[in-house]
Amino acid sequence: MTIVIGYIPTKQGEAALTAGLDEARAHGDSVLVVNMARDDKLVDAHRAPSQDLDRLERDLAESGIEHEVRRIEHGTDPAVALLELAEEVDARLLVIGLRHRTPVGKLLLGSTAQRILLDAPCPVLAVKPA
Amino acid sequence: MDNLNHLIEGFGHVMTPGNLLYAFIGVVVGTAVGVLPGIGPAMTVALLLPITFGLDPTQALILFCGVFYGGMYGGSTTSILLNTPGESSSVVTALEGNKMAKAGRAAQALATAAIGSFIAGTIATLLLVLVMPQIVDFAIDLGSPDYLAIILLAFVGAAAVLGSSRIRGFAALLIGLSIGTVGIDAVTGQQRLTFGLPQLADGIDIVVVAVGLFAVGEALWVAAHLRRKAGSVIPVGNPWMGREDWKRSWKPWLRGTALGFPFGAIPAGGAEVPTFLSYITERKLTKHPEEFGKGAIEGVAGPEAANNASAAGTLVPLLAIGLPTNATAAIMLSALRGWGFEPGPLLIEKQPVLVWTLIASLFVGNTFLLLLNLPLAPAWAKLLQIPRPYLYAGIIFFAAMGAWAVNGQAFDLYLLLVIGLLGFAIRRFGLPVLPLIIGVILAPIAELHMRRSLQLSHGDPAGLIGGPVSWVCYVIIAIAILWPLIAKLVRMARGGGSGSGGDGPTDRITISTEATA
Repeated sequence: MTIVIGYIPTKQGEAALTAGLDEARAHGDSVLVVNMARDDKLVDAHRAPSQDLDRLERDLAESGIEHEVRRIEHGTDPAVALLELAEEVDARLLVIGLRHRTPVGKLLLGSTAQRILLDAPCPVLAVKPA
Repeated sequence: MDNLNHLIEGFGHVMTPGNLLYAFIGVVVGTAVGVLPGIGPAMTVALLLPITFGLDPTQALILFCGVFYGGMYGGSTTSILLNTPGESSSVVTALEGNKMAKAGRAAQALATAAIGSFIAGTIATLLLVLVMPQIVDFAIDLGSPDYLAIILLAFVGAAAVLGSSRIRGFAALLIGLSIGTVGIDAVTGQQRLTFGLPQLADGIDIVVVAVGLFAVGEALWVAAHLRRKAGSVIPVGNPWMGREDWKRSWKPWLRGTALGFPFGAIPAGGAEVPTFLSYITERKLTKHPEEFGKGAIEGVAGPEAANNASAAGTLVPLLAIGLPTNATAAIMLSALRGWGFEPGPLLIEKQPVLVWTLIASLFVGNTFLLLLNLPLAPAWAKLLQIPRPYLYAGIIFFAAMGAWAVNGQAFDLYLLLVIGLLGFAIRRFGLPVLPLIIGVILAPIAELHMRRSLQLSHGDPAGLIGGPVSWVCYVIIAIAILWPLIAKLVRMARGGGSGSGGDGPTDRITISTEATA
C-alpha cells in the first residue's frame, strides 16, 4: 500500500516526512511525497526548491523504500490536491504536518489541515514538529 | 538663490504631521504597487483620484508623487528577486540584478538599487529645483500656437518613438483623442460623439477612463492569464554593500542620473529609454566586462538611478508647462485640473506654496523610501505571496467605487466596463497605453489652443504657427514622422547598412524582446 506525504520546506513539512517514512519502514509501504505550489501566487513559500526535492529523492533511494516524489504546480488548494492524489493511488495513510492556528486565523484563512482531516478517504496522520 | 529660498519655505510647509503622513502613505503604497508586477503607479494614482478630490490639493499631490517615486523603488525588488520586472522601468534591472541574486548577491543588488535610487532621486529633484523656474520664465511668453505645437510634439513623441510599432502607437493615440473629444463642443455647443446619450454630454470623466483602462483592463488581462507556476523564494539577508561594491556603484549612479533626468523631461522619454541607455553605457565603460551577463553590479546601479532621475525629470514639464510625459503624470495633470488649477507656467506664480511644498515633499519622500527599502526589501518581497484573486478583487472593488463616486450614476459603471474591455483589447493587440491616455487628457487642451489660435487669426491656418518654439516643434515632428523614410534614403545613398545605421534597430529589438520575456 501507499503512504501519501504532504511535504513543504518548513519544519512542519520535515516532521511529516520523517513520520511518514517511519510508518513506511515499519509496515513495508511505498511512499508518495507531494509538494504543492499554488499557481495563483507569484511566489509561494511552500514551493520546495528543486535542490530540496533532489536531495529528498537521493535520501529515499538510499533508504531503499519504494518511492515517488511529485510536484504539483496547478490549482489553488493544497487540500484538494492531496485528497485527489490519495484517492488516485488508493492511499493507506495520508501524512501531514500541523502548525498552530488560532480560531480567528482559521476563520479568516481557513485551515488546509482541517479540510484534509474532514474529507480524507483514508486515515490521516497529523504530526507536530518536535 | 531665490529658488532655494522658496524651497526652504517649502520644507517649512511640508514639516507638518499631516503632510508628512501623506508623504509616508504615498511612498508605502508606491513601493507596494511597485513590487507587484502589473500594478503600477499609474493605476494606483487613477484609483486614488476620486478619493483625493476631497483632500487638500497639496496633500493629494504629495501622496501622488510619493506613489510615483515609490513605484520606481519597488520595481527593482521584483526584478532582482524574481526576474519579473515589477514595473516597465525596471525591465533592464532584471538583466543583471536577477543574475546577481542567483549568484547569492541579492543583498548587494537590492542595496545598490535602493541607495542608487536615493542618490539619483535627490540629485534629480535638486536639478528640478534649478531647472524648472528657468523653463517657467521661458514658457510664460508662449502663446496658444506654441502650446498647440508642444502638445502635438508630445502626441507624436508618445505614439511614434516609444513602443515597437508606430502604427499601433498612432492607433492608440487616435482612440485616446476620440475619447477625449466626447461631449459638448465648448465653442459651438454641438454634441460630439454622444450618440444621443445625455450622460455623455459632459464628456467622459477622466477617472472612469483611467480606472477602466489601467485597473479593469489589467484585471481582465490577468484573469485571462491567471494560471502560472509559482516561483520559489530567494533567500535574502538585509541589503548591504561592501567597499568594492560602493566603488563600482557610484559612477554608474551618477551617469544614470545624468541620463535619466533629461529623458524624463522630454515627451516620449519615459523611464524605459534612459534605463536601457544606462545599461548599454555601463556595459561599454565597465572595467569588468566579463561579469556582464553574469551579474555585474554596474548593470543594476546605473538603470536604477536612471529610472528615479527620470521620475524627477517628468515633473519639470508637468509643473512648468502642464505637459505630461508619462501615464502617471498625465493622471496627475487631470487631477490638477479637477481642483480647478490651470497647469502651466502660471501655476508656480499663482500657487507657489503648493508647488514648493510638493517639491520639498519629494526630498522627504525620497528619504522615507531609502529607510523603508534598504532594511525592509525582503519584507516587501513577501507581498508577492498574495494570491492574485484577492488582489484583483480588491482592485476591481476600488475601481467600481471610484467610478461610481464621480457622478453617482450607474451609467458610469457600464462605461467603466466598456473602457475596461477596451483596455483588455489594447493589451491583447499590443497597443501602447501611453499615447491613449495622453490623447484623452490632452485632447481638450490641444483643441482649446487650436481654436484660440484660429480665432485670433480669423480662421487663417497661418495663425497655427507662432514663434520659434512652434517651428522647432513642427520640424521635430516632421523628422519623427518621416524618420523611417529618411533612414531608408540615407541607407540607400550609402549603399547598404552601415555601422551607425545598424546599431539603432538592434538596440530596439533587444528592448522589445526583453519587454515580452
